[in-house]
Amino acid sequence: MKTLLSSTHMNITLQRLAHQLVENHLSFADTVLIGIQPRGIYLSDRIARLVKKISGNNNINYGLLDITFYRDDVHTTNIQVPSHTDISFSIEDKNVILIDDVLYTGRTIRSAMDALIDFGRPKKVELLTLIDRRFSRELPVQPDYVGYSVDTILTQKVKVYWDEKDGKDEVVLIEKNTEIK
Amino acid sequence: MALSVKHLLGIKELNAQDIEQIFQTADNFKQVLQRPIKKVPTLRDTTVANIFFENSTRTRLSFELAEKRLGADVVNFSASGSSVSKGETLIDTVNNILAMKVDMVVMRHSASGAPWFLAQHIDASIVNAGDGTNEHPTQALLDAYSMREQLGNLKGKRVAILGDIMHSRVALSNIYCLNKLGAEVVVSGPPTLIPKHIESLGVKVEYNVKKALEWCDVANVLRIQLERQHKPLFSTLREYALYYGVNKQMLDSLEKDIVIMHPGPINRGVEINSDVADSKQSIILNQVENGVAIRMAVIYLLSGKRDMNE
Repeated sequence: MKTLLSSTHMNITLQRLAHQLVENHLSFADTVLIGIQPRGIYLSDRIARLVKKISGNNNINYGLLDITFYRDDVHTTNIQVPSHTDISFSIEDKNVILIDDVLYTGRTIRSAMDALIDFGRPKKVELLTLIDRRFSRELPVQPDYVGYSVDTILTQKVKVYWDEKDGKDEVVLIEKNTEIK
Repeated sequence: MALSVKHLLGIKELNAQDIEQIFQTADNFKQVLQRPIKKVPTLRDTTVANIFFENSTRTRLSFELAEKRLGADVVNFSASGSSVSKGETLIDTVNNILAMKVDMVVMRHSASGAPWFLAQHIDASIVNAGDGTNEHPTQALLDAYSMREQLGNLKGKRVAILGDIMHSRVALSNIYCLNKLGAEVVVSGPPTLIPKHIESLGVKVEYNVKKALEWCDVANVLRIQLERQHKPLFSTLREYALYYGVNKQMLDSLEKDIVIMHPGPINRGVEINSDVADSKQSIILNQVENGVAIRMAVIYLLSGKRDMNE
């Protein structure tokens, strides 16, 4: 097991990502944040909080998107019980920032884009991710905002720990074969 | 996570966790049904056959809408006007339909146990849409789901089931379902329409409808199943309405506002009066609305199992 981001490092990275968002979207008048359920919402909660603080706009639209019904592996994996979707605003003609913790094959993001389009036609969709596992994409998906890039192989797994859920902030690289079965 | 069963044949075979999982999934589908685009692509590679050997309006439409809103392809079959009248057996009929690459079967049949019989002979998942006087699981699920929406957690809640308990598959499935969710159940109606020893299912019997209404938080009023009664069990419908029908005057005399439910089709003026069926206490149309979300949840949760069995 190797630590990719320590707690201090992770918080500096989150600060940078939030600043980059504000740099590009200023007051967030036409921009909304959407976290992908279930794993992306810890990151999106943090980012939403930081962006509100930095931009001074407390009324930023922030929603959660569940992609269970849009997955392409319904018949190959065990059936998943969905988490809830909460998008209480219009995304029509808005800039949407999709937020997920780890970008790997790109399939989740493909599903998320399909799910998103069912809520309206956004002007632009961008992707923010804490960890980008490079060279492992199965679909042509690239992030616009990256916390940390890492080169991994198939047998490795990236695990993100969140203070709210796990009692600590940390990102680690795990050798799948030896440590998890 | 997945359901503990491959088919939804009856509530009897489900556990409380399965029911909770179906409700949780239905919550999400209910949300989908309120969007401008009421459809998800989840089962776009799945074909479902609705095979109805008995008449149905609500259940069949509800299943068909649920399937279509999950993105599945749907074929419909009804016994009247089919080769069943030429003497084809149930297994042959279903196998012929499955030979056309159908992944799931939703079946209603007048013989109790028909879906269990079928499950022994085919590989596809089966959803029981009502078998004889036995079970109607999706109705019980949507009833309990609708009750939960009104009353919160059903543990300790009091449910009265009124009417033709003997011939009603809705009653039996409701009893199983409510028991598993921890609700208390009383059945009420004419003694000739209440099976002997029904107490062994964990319910109480109250022959006086007024007393049952006074006791309960929610009353599920059932239709008299005249088509299943082969000998006279009460003298006239008028007499039944007089002694066992629910009317507004009766409801107004109660100390609290109870929730009124009915699985449909309603026989207005017999088991329930129009002034009750159309009152604010009635959630009959909410039940129909929830039916689509519940059936989407059931079909979705059963469909993931396909590859595990191949």
